[in-house]
Amino acid sequence: MIELRSVSKQFGAHLAVDQVDLDCPQGKTQVLIGTSGCGKSTLLRMMIGLVLPSTGAVYFRKKPLAEQTIGAVRQRIGYMIQEGGLFPHLKVRENVGIVPRYLGWQPERTNARIEELLELTQLSSTMLDRFPRQLSGGQRQRVSLMRALMLDPDVLLLDEPLGDLDPMIRAELQQDLRTIFRELSKTVVLVTHDLSEAGFLADRITLLRDGKIVQQGAFADLIENPVDEFAAKFVQAQRPVFS
Amino acid sequence: MKQLLLIGLILLLVAFVPGGSSPRGIRVGSKQFTESDILGEMLSQMIRSAGEEATPLSVGGTTVVYGALKRGEVDLYPEYTGTLIKEVFSNHPEASQENLEALLAEDEICISQPLGFNNSYALAVRRATAEQLNLVSIEDLAAHPDLRLGFSNEFVDRDDGWKNLRKRYGLTHQEVAGMEHSVAYRQLEAEAIDVMDVYTTDAQLAKLDLVLLTDNLQYFPRYDAVVLYRSDLKSRFPGLVEKVSLLEMAIEPDEMIELNARVASREVSESQAAADFLRENLAIETHVEDLSVATQIWRNTLEHCDLVRKSLIPAIFVAIPLGIFAAKFPRVGQLILGAVGVVQTIPALALLVLLIAPVAYFKFSTLGAGSMTAIVALFLYSLLPIVRNTTTGLSTIAPEYLESAAALGLSSKFRLLHIELPLASPSILAGIKTAGVLNVGFATLGALVGAQGYGQPILRGVRLNDTGLIMQGAIPAACLAILLQVFFELAERWIVPASLQPLASGDADVSTN
Repeated sequence: MIELRSVSKQFGAHLAVDQVDLDCPQGKTQVLIGTSGCGKSTLLRMMIGLVLPSTGAVYFRKKPLAEQTIGAVRQRIGYMIQEGGLFPHLKVRENVGIVPRYLGWQPERTNARIEELLELTQLSSTMLDRFPRQLSGGQRQRVSLMRALMLDPDVLLLDEPLGDLDPMIRAELQQDLRTIFRELSKTVVLVTHDLSEAGFLADRITLLRDGKIVQQGAFADLIENPVDEFAAKFVQAQRPVFS
Repeated sequence: MKQLLLIGLILLLVAFVPGGSSPRGIRVGSKQFTESDILGEMLSQMIRSAGEEATPLSVGGTTVVYGALKRGEVDLYPEYTGTLIKEVFSNHPEASQENLEALLAEDEICISQPLGFNNSYALAVRRATAEQLNLVSIEDLAAHPDLRLGFSNEFVDRDDGWKNLRKRYGLTHQEVAGMEHSVAYRQLEAEAIDVMDVYTTDAQLAKLDLVLLTDNLQYFPRYDAVVLYRSDLKSRFPGLVEKVSLLEMAIEPDEMIELNARVASREVSESQAAADFLRENLAIETHVEDLSVATQIWRNTLEHCDLVRKSLIPAIFVAIPLGIFAAKFPRVGQLILGAVGVVQTIPALALLVLLIAPVAYFKFSTLGAGSMTAIVALFLYSLLPIVRNTTTGLSTIAPEYLESAAALGLSSKFRLLHIELPLASPSILAGIKTAGVLNVGFATLGALVGAQGYGQPILRGVRLNDTGLIMQGAIPAACLAILLQVFFELAERWIVPASLQPLASGDADVSTN
């Protein structure tokens, strides 16, 4: 679905991404993991054209991302960030319905889709008339997920979506996310630094360090057979969770 | 969005609906001091009694009024021969009383015969002193070197002032003090000085019963009052020039002094003084509109609002796109912000005078009510706060909102209209609010080029040292500024998205799950 071919990204003197090749196959959940500053968020933003690679290319459904088509591609991709990125001046209903409004949907169609998504994301319809600041952190993330799913996209890109939530809500949302991913069999790319979250959600996992891929493959592989000292240390650091 | 379009439409209507007064008929200029205004009123009333319309325009100083006469924005105005020689034709060294007519003809301007009085420098003493020491002319002072002299600072320094006067008359006085002109009158009254310089038609001459010493050596240049008029006035309004010429040699110095005194003491208005003179001396009956204070304030309010609407609203429509442009293209943006910033630093009077030429070039009226000069100046002054706040508002939107909007695949136009501008709206509105309040204040300065509004009573009040008159302009101006502020606060509630407004207490019902 999404392929990265020898992409690099230079920010001034800093090489954020260094010659990365990555495949995100259809219907699978690909997790990008690593310490902060390893380039995982930059990779994710390249996939939706928010960051342009300095060299190399990004392919969506075998076609390279180009300026003329990026708008259409973005409507096939749902994107969700930490804190949700909901527009503070719009009510939940308007936040969720902004792309349909842009595309000129009939209100009935938008409302029907909102009803479906409320059910999927387990949100009460009383939330629809609230502003983002009147929601809890968990509710904001659910609304953000609704907005990302509005056009029933092929791909979901999630950048530390649960990063700022307290552990109880986080566990509940992880559970719900997994159910939704499986149910909709979406192609998902998720960025996190939390190994347990990765283990819970990932079909494939990619460990990054200093803009380079250290190891990729199945989650179990990473745990059982870390390829180098860094991978071993990274796993070791979060091991107690699983023992 | 529809809401905004509606507001925009209403604003445009308000800005461009024709209205407000504009000069009609024959435009009679005068300079902004009492004597000139009284003479201007005489001319206006004579024109009206001849059955024509007349609009008095009390504007700025010699350069501004003479320039307006030359361009044809003013048809006639009272002037002094000395001023023409010393100021208007100062770079014609050969200019003199005799060849003024020829010099003026080059500008297609005609000059009347003198009106009968000479408003020049003179030396004055108390009547008691004059009688006691038998002082009649300046040379009589030579016999009394112990007299104390007090002169205005300007007079002490000028070439045609004290320096050469003492040489010319061989005066040997040692006790000479420089002081402010009005202070000199008080000092003379208090007998702290004995001789002072005066303008020969100063109102205080009659009030303090002073005696002017004759200038037998004709040391002081003549400042004969005359009327300047455009040479086409004769053909445009046949018979009018003859009517106005009734004023030639008709005003005795004493009469002018008395008229000045009556106005300066606030006994009568300039127009009433003019009417009284015309009735008593030329048997011309004129009607003087005597407006109550409330009517005057109401008129000034309408005129002031007219200036504000015609300048502020177009500024909003120009400044917001400029601000958006500056935010989107920061390099050009720096230039834009720099340019509108520089405009802000130009002093109001300088800006007004600078604008007269370009405004005249485009054939707009530069002076008087509805003066485009004042409107353009106010427009320029209003740009900076709005441009700056629009740019700041747009460039300080949190990056996560911009990124989310981009990631949703929305076009840049849609993002601007539905995400960025609403998020920046509190800042933009604050800019408009600032511009509005500044505009109301600056609009009073429009009076310098004859624009109407609250500036007129303020300027007249300053001239006549009348606090009441100043307040008649200043208080309503302050009220209008406050009203505008309140109006914008209300507009803010309507336009700015509810969630971006300060949190109301019942609003913060953040639930947890």
